[in-house]
Amino acid sequence: MSLPRDLLLRVYRQMKTIREFEERLHVEIQTGEIPGFTHLYSGQEAVAVGVCEHLSDQDWIASTHRGHGHCIAKGCDVEGMMLEIYGRRDGLCKGKGGSMHIADMTKGMLGANAIVGGGPPIAVGAGIACKIAKRGNVSVALGGDGSANQGTVFEAMNLAVVLRAPVIFVFENNGYSEHTGASYAVGSGDIAGRAHGFGMPAETCDGSDFFAVYDAMAKLLKTARAGGGPATLEAKTTRFFGHFEGDPMLYRAKDEVARHREQMDCLRIFRDRVGKEGWLQSAELDAIDTEVMALIDSSVAKSRAAVPPSAADLLTDVYVSY
Amino acid sequence: MRQISMRDAINEALHLEMARDPRVIVLGEDVSGGAGGTSGQRDAAGGVFGVTKGLLPKFGEDRVIDTPISESAIIGAANGAALAGLRPVAELMFADFLGVCFDQVFNQAAKFRYMFGGKTSCPIVIRAATGAGMNMGAQHSQSMYAMVTGVPGLKVVVPSNAYDAKGLMLTAIRDDDPVIFFEHKALYPRKSAVPEGDYTLPFGEANLVREGEHVTVVAIGRMVSFAEKALDALAADGITADLLDPRTLSPLDDETIYESLDNTGHLVIIDESPPRCSVAADIAGLVSSNAFHSLKAPIVQLTPPHTPVPFARELERAYVPGPQSIEAAIRKMLKESRAAS
Repeated sequence: MSLPRDLLLRVYRQMKTIREFEERLHVEIQTGEIPGFTHLYSGQEAVAVGVCEHLSDQDWIASTHRGHGHCIAKGCDVEGMMLEIYGRRDGLCKGKGGSMHIADMTKGMLGANAIVGGGPPIAVGAGIACKIAKRGNVSVALGGDGSANQGTVFEAMNLAVVLRAPVIFVFENNGYSEHTGASYAVGSGDIAGRAHGFGMPAETCDGSDFFAVYDAMAKLLKTARAGGGPATLEAKTTRFFGHFEGDPMLYRAKDEVARHREQMDCLRIFRDRVGKEGWLQSAELDAIDTEVMALIDSSVAKSRAAVPPSAADLLTDVYVSY
Repeated sequence: MRQISMRDAINEALHLEMARDPRVIVLGEDVSGGAGGTSGQRDAAGGVFGVTKGLLPKFGEDRVIDTPISESAIIGAANGAALAGLRPVAELMFADFLGVCFDQVFNQAAKFRYMFGGKTSCPIVIRAATGAGMNMGAQHSQSMYAMVTGVPGLKVVVPSNAYDAKGLMLTAIRDDDPVIFFEHKALYPRKSAVPEGDYTLPFGEANLVREGEHVTVVAIGRMVSFAEKALDALAADGITADLLDPRTLSPLDDETIYESLDNTGHLVIIDESPPRCSVAADIAGLVSSNAFHSLKAPIVQLTPPHTPVPFARELERAYVPGPQSIEAAIRKMLKESRAAS
C-alpha cells in the first residue's frame, strides 16, 4: 500500500539530509576545524527516519553517541546542529555540548548520550510522564548492538514492562560495538529475542529498508499508544564509516564498506522502490537533493564563520539557581 | 510546639508537596510496598524506613511508583521524567547504592543543563539513607556525600534534625536543579519541634546552632547532635563555641565559617565520612586558602579512620566520632594553642 506523497517526499528529504550532513562532516573533519571526535550515522538513515516519522514533538526519543541522524529525524535544526558540532556560541547547545550531547526538549529530543546504555533508563522516565499524562504519547530509546549488552538497558526494559510504560526500545544492530563484532559480543546473537525474555513484543527488520522499519514501528506503536506497554525493535543495518572519525577500521574486511554501500544503501533502496512503484519521480527527488546540498553548504559556511563561546559562557548554565 | 521525628517530618513534606504540585512523583524500591505480594495489602512498607508511608493510598499508583531493584533504572527514569516536565523524588534506599547508578547521577542528571546549553533543567530529588551507627556493615553505612559534593551541577543536602529536614525537603523538591538528600538513619526517630504547615529553608545558609567565643565547630548531619553534647560538657569549664551546621554541602556557606573564625581563630570540623578527599578536607582547604590569617592553630579534622565502616558494635563505636572524642579534640586543640602562644 502506498504512503501519502508528502510523507514519502519528507522521508526522502530527511534521509538525504542526514546522509549529506554526515558525508560532509567526514570531509570537513579532515580540515581540523571541528573539535573533538565524531561518530557518523551514514548508512543507518532509514532507521532514524522510519522510527521518527511516527513521532510528534510530544513524543520523546533518547539518543546515543551516534546521534546526528536521530536529531535530524526528530526535527532538530540542522544549522543549529552544525554550529554546535563546530563548537560555536549559536549552536543548539551554545557550544557546550558538541556532537555527542545535542538535545532539544521542544522537539522531544532528550539528548544524544555519550554513555552507552545511558539513554534507555531516561527514555523510560519520559515514558512514565507520557503514561501519567494519558495523551497517547510514547518514548523511544535508541541504542546500538553495543547497548544490548549493558545492564542498564535491561533494567530499563524490565521497568518499562513492570509499569506498562509506553516505550519502544530500538536497537540499531550495525554489526559492530566500536571495534568488536556483534557476532562476538552479543552472546545469543539475537537482540530481539532478549526482549521476549522480558515479556514484551519484539520485531526484527531490515534497517536498510525504510518501509520495513516504518511498518514494524507502526505495529509496535499501536500497542504502546493504546496502553499495552513497551516493545522492542531490532533493525539490522550497517555504518559506512568507522566507530569514530579517524577509525582505520582494521576489523572490517577491505571491501566490506564498498559492498555495503552497493547493496545496503537505504537511500538507493528507497529511490528504487518509489521509482519502481511509480510513487515519486526521479526529478522531484533530484530537486530535493539540490535543496539539501544547499542547506548543508550554508550550514557549514555559517559554522565556519560563526563566533565561539566567550570565556564568560564557561561559568553559566551549571545550575538554574546558585 | 508539637515534636515529631525526622522520619515523620520528611513524610509530611512529601505529603504537602505532592498535594500542592501534581507534577511531583515518588519512585523507588518499596516506596509503597506490597505489590505482587500474597496478602494483597498495598503500602505494606512505605519505604524500608517508613518515610514514604501513606503516599500511595493518597496519591495513587501513577504518582507513587514501586520499582524493581534497579537503581540505574530508578534514577534514570527520574531523570527522564524530569526532562519531560515532572518533579520526581527518587528513593535510593541506602546511599551506598549510589555505586550501582552513579552514571545516572554524575554523567546524566548533573550535566544535562550544562551540556544542553542551559535550555533544560533536571529537577529531581534523590533521597538516600546515610551513615553508620546501626551495625549495618560496610555496604549499608557509608557517608558518601563528598563523592557528589565534588560534582558540578548537583546540590547536596544533609539535614541534622527534623525541623531542618522538612524545610529543606520542601526547598529540594521546588528547586529546579538535581538535589541529593542524605537522611541519617540514626536521626529518623529523633524528634524536634516542627510546625505543621508549609515552610522552606534556603540552600547555602549555614545554621548557627549555638554561639561561643573559643572555637568554631563545623559539624555535618548526625555529628551536630554529638557536637552539642561535647559542647555541653565543655561549657562547665567555660569553653564555648560557635557550632555551625552547613545543612547543604553544595552550595556551601563558607562565608559564615570565615566570619566565625574571625572571632574564634580555632576550627574543628567533624565529618562522618573517611578523611581523604572528604568534606572536612574540602572545608579545611577552603579555610586555608581564604581565611588563613584568622587561624591561631592548625585546623582539626575529626573523622573516622581511612577504613570501611566495620560491623561489630565495638568497632563501629570506635569508627564514628562521638561526643567524647569531639570533646577531647577541642580540649587538646585549645591546650596546644595556649601552650604555643
